Amino acid sequence: MSYLRPAFVLLLLFTVLTGLAYPLAVTGLGQAFLSAQANGSLITQQDGLIAGSDLIGQRFTSGRYLWARPSATSAADPADQSRSVDAPYNAAASSGSNLGPTSRKLADRLTASAQAWNSSAMGAPIPGDALTTSGSGLDPHISPAFAMAQAGRIAAARGLAEPRVRQLIDASTEERTFGVFGQPRVNVLRVNRALDATGP
Amino acid sequence: MTLNGWLQIAIILATVLLTAFPLGAFMARVYGGKHNLLSPVLGPVERGFYTVAGVDPTREQGWRSYALAMLLFNAAGFFLLYAILRLQGFLPLNPQGFAGIAPDLAFNTAVSFVTNTNWQSYGGETTMSHFSQMAGLTVQNFLSAATGLALAMALVRGFARSKAATVGNFWVDMTRSVLYVLLPLSLVTAVLLVALGLPQTLLSSVDATTLEGAKQTLALGPVASQVAIKQLGTNGGGFFNVNAAHPFENPTALTNFLEIWQMLVISVAVVFAFGRMVGDRRQARALLSVMGILLLAGIAITYAAEAAGTPTLQAASINADDGNMEGKEVRFGLALSALWAAVTTGLSTGAVNAMHASFTPIGGLIPMFLMQLGEILPGGVGSGLYGILVMAIIAVFVAGLMVGRTPEYLGKKIEAREVKMAMLAVLILPTAILGFSAVAAVIPQGLAGLLNAGPHGLSEILYAYSSAAGNNGSAFAGLSANSPWYNTTLGLAMLLGRFAYIVPMLAIAGSLAAKTKLENSTGTFPTHGPLFIGLMVGVILILGGLQFFPALALGPIAEQVLMLAGKTF
Repeated sequence: MSYLRPAFVLLLLFTVLTGLAYPLAVTGLGQAFLSAQANGSLITQQDGLIAGSDLIGQRFTSGRYLWARPSATSAADPADQSRSVDAPYNAAASSGSNLGPTSRKLADRLTASAQAWNSSAMGAPIPGDALTTSGSGLDPHISPAFAMAQAGRIAAARGLAEPRVRQLIDASTEERTFGVFGQPRVNVLRVNRALDATGP
Repeated sequence: MTLNGWLQIAIILATVLLTAFPLGAFMARVYGGKHNLLSPVLGPVERGFYTVAGVDPTREQGWRSYALAMLLFNAAGFFLLYAILRLQGFLPLNPQGFAGIAPDLAFNTAVSFVTNTNWQSYGGETTMSHFSQMAGLTVQNFLSAATGLALAMALVRGFARSKAATVGNFWVDMTRSVLYVLLPLSLVTAVLLVALGLPQTLLSSVDATTLEGAKQTLALGPVASQVAIKQLGTNGGGFFNVNAAHPFENPTALTNFLEIWQMLVISVAVVFAFGRMVGDRRQARALLSVMGILLLAGIAITYAAEAAGTPTLQAASINADDGNMEGKEVRFGLALSALWAAVTTGLSTGAVNAMHASFTPIGGLIPMFLMQLGEILPGGVGSGLYGILVMAIIAVFVAGLMVGRTPEYLGKKIEAREVKMAMLAVLILPTAILGFSAVAAVIPQGLAGLLNAGPHGLSEILYAYSSAAGNNGSAFAGLSANSPWYNTTLGLAMLLGRFAYIVPMLAIAGSLAAKTKLENSTGTFPTHGPLFIGLMVGVILILGGLQFFPALALGPIAEQVLMLAGKTF
């Protein structure tokens, strides 16, 4: 008995303190003072529609847009809920490929995408992020090398001068934080919004 | 490997050391019951908790009472969490309308969070309501970490005291851990994380329309508050399926810096606090050197292996300078992914910012081996310290055998009882890891969960049980672990790895406390110098190698050889 009372009372007190008061306090502070971040760093278009989050990657397929990395996320098959189908950049269910270094499936996938890359004349060697899936399946960034390799295609599709496209990519390239931390990176959605804002 | 990569690693680790030192001094005061920085605010709260709970903070417990209190508290926590998960469908704050969780998954998850493992057989954003994440999982993130810290303090008192019958009061140690250490640090860093981009909302998702007109549903929630404590408490259970690789859990290089700092700082500070509490800070420096040497070696090997890439990537004419980016995020690159992988397994966190399953064979071997060494580099909050002290006991025993003298550590004679209990604790890991892995590797229920074939498949199994028994929680996530077989056996491995280790460790604490603390004599083997550091490094590596090398040879090492020979499966 002398053990049961503290065990249950402390569990209850700490559930209220750490399970309710703490997360709700952080929610309150976040919503009051940091609402943009606290709500997911959302990007609202001029027409009021939400275009996405500045932090979450999206899939682009048109030649007029900068493409993101391949993504391994999936979703339930609409025709049969018990099966799953590929659904790149599904931000409701993050996932990596989890394929290992000796996976034949991974080797086949890389070989096929390398052939596609080489036939599109995007240059060599292929940047390390261009054919590989990210850990989250939601990587918002690509490397500057991968972005620049796409500049020619985007310029042709939009009838823009290639230097102009390169300039837009440059403007959306983030360097290492304080010159040291992280990797140089290009936010795909930012570049694509800048492209749309530029015209054709 | 690049100079910049090493510079990032060096700055992060140096920051941890510099900040852990004052935190250690603070913690020594907290656990000693002395007046501290936060006493004016939290003292009344602490005393209020004791009054309501009927705890007399001045009454200490012997090791058996301490163990009983700890076990009862954890059992109560398990049943409450299990109930919350099963009843999720009827509880509030469930905007997604998720149903209750199946019995095997609820058992696995409740055990997982109570034991500080935070293995996740589920994807957070597709399974757990906000109420389950907050009032269920977040609470145990705090309490399991507080339990670890309390236990470490009991063992430290065993060394610090002379002819004592008690090792402290579990309720007091646990309450102080939450109130003075975990909660204030969580609160401050959670707000900082929101400022740096983590969501913190009670909404469950937002629909976006992409520039191409497609629909994207963005899962949201009270992310920052959970991330802060899962890092600080070396828990590791992510809000989202992919944990800290998810841009909402870890959006920038700065959040990555902060989250690595959070993982390490308390575990390192506890070692500094230990030095103060036993009155010999050189001992803390020696233990930190052992941890530092082995952890740095782990970081370097992982980094080198990931930078070297794989033949498959080279065959696809991918730039060799970019290394292996499969399963990694562009913003982190190779250095920060390798650093995180080694740190999260040298600790008992198990949060990931890249998918370990897609690492090169050697890059994946290191996290697995660091878990198998017992997660003492520097280990989970509290659990790392008692783990390394058990290793120190074994190391002085080995030294004693060499010179034929009764070994001493910190002025305490280490005799048959302590060594037996230390070996009992240490042998739990290979029993649980190798035993369950061997069975899983031959039965259909075990093999059904594999994603990868060949040696990598064995690695998936071995990694899972290493992670569970070591109370880590990271995974080679190709394994479909949400099945009755894996949920049950991984749950049992977690329970064994936690409680079958803790009880003999507390017995050591009790028996040490009762002994006379001896003055050093000229014949005492010094345990703060390079000789002892080298001995401990050797003992840890030999012990781990003897236990796990054969299994590793069949998994990652075989895969490395076959990979270089151009084989795929």
